[in-house]
Amino acid sequence: MSKFGSSSNKKEVPEASSNSLSDIVFMLLFFFMVTTQMRETEQKVKVTMPVASEVAKLERKDLSANILIGSPTLQYQAMYGTDARIQLNDSFKTVADIRDFIAAERDAMSEAERSLMTVNLKVDQDVRMGIVSDVKQELRRCSALKIMYSARKPAKD
Amino acid sequence: MARRKIGTIGSTADIAFLLLCYFLMTTTMGDQSGLQRRLPPIPDEKQAQDQKVNRRNIIIVRINSADKLFAGSEPMDILYLKDKIKEFLTNPANDPNLPEKEAKEIEGKTYMVSKGVISLQNDRGTSYQAYLQVQNELVKAVNELRDDFSRANFGKKFSKLTEEEQDIVKKAVPQNISEAEPKDTGKK
Repeated sequence: MSKFGSSSNKKEVPEASSNSLSDIVFMLLFFFMVTTQMRETEQKVKVTMPVASEVAKLERKDLSANILIGSPTLQYQAMYGTDARIQLNDSFKTVADIRDFIAAERDAMSEAERSLMTVNLKVDQDVRMGIVSDVKQELRRCSALKIMYSARKPAKD
Repeated sequence: MARRKIGTIGSTADIAFLLLCYFLMTTTMGDQSGLQRRLPPIPDEKQAQDQKVNRRNIIIVRINSADKLFAGSEPMDILYLKDKIKEFLTNPANDPNLPEKEAKEIEGKTYMVSKGVISLQNDRGTSYQAYLQVQNELVKAVNELRDDFSRANFGKKFSKLTEEEQDIVKKAVPQNISEAEPKDTGKK
């Protein structure tokens, strides 16, 4: 009551202070910085992950190497067709390139952690197993034996 | 914006907004989950196939190119696969056609451990979705057995156990899923 009384002849409501705005935005900023991770690579293949109820979380994300398999996205279809392709890092590769890729990923890790490396296979659900088997055989040959089939958790009903 | 006495604070908010937008664009909500599996190492030519596994200890789960599932030798719907695998691994009636069990001592206690191995075979034309669904069912069967085992021996769910107890359960109910060599690239 005194608030209105004191500003006696001023009709307008005093503007809300925007001091706290920056605090709020910073808080949002920190939230996103903590909960998100950098998008490492541009996806050039379409990957819709299959659903599996028994999925387990990958504990060490930094110790994983990603292999994407799927059909190229629309903008690359003119060049690469719609057949399933392998994407390593930023480009389309073949099974023969996996050896170098794994070697490079291993080199980037410290010696103690190399044995913990997990190869994360992100495969589209419509891909045929032929190409996946080829990749698996190649991984065995490189003795990268820890693998993970990426999958989504089904929506809770 | 109010520009009367808070010029500096207003720009802080702007900068923070810019940063916020930057992080929104360049990052993803990361949760990577999936089915973790260990591939068998490439066998040496010399010692290849020296560890013959008894016939009764193997169940062959096969998915053909039309995504049809066969367990053992009969066609099967994926709904029944889990129960079939559970029966195979537990062998409740000590059926001579189902895998043998051996008493194994783990951390001072003896448990009956099944010697069953699930061999998963697929065709090159199998779709990845069907393959992963079958994998999922197999893992689910093992997980349920582990849960049962944990309840019987520790009175808790598997996920509620301590790490040491989980190791015991893992040894007592092993997850023996072998992914066979693809037919056309392996020898013979």
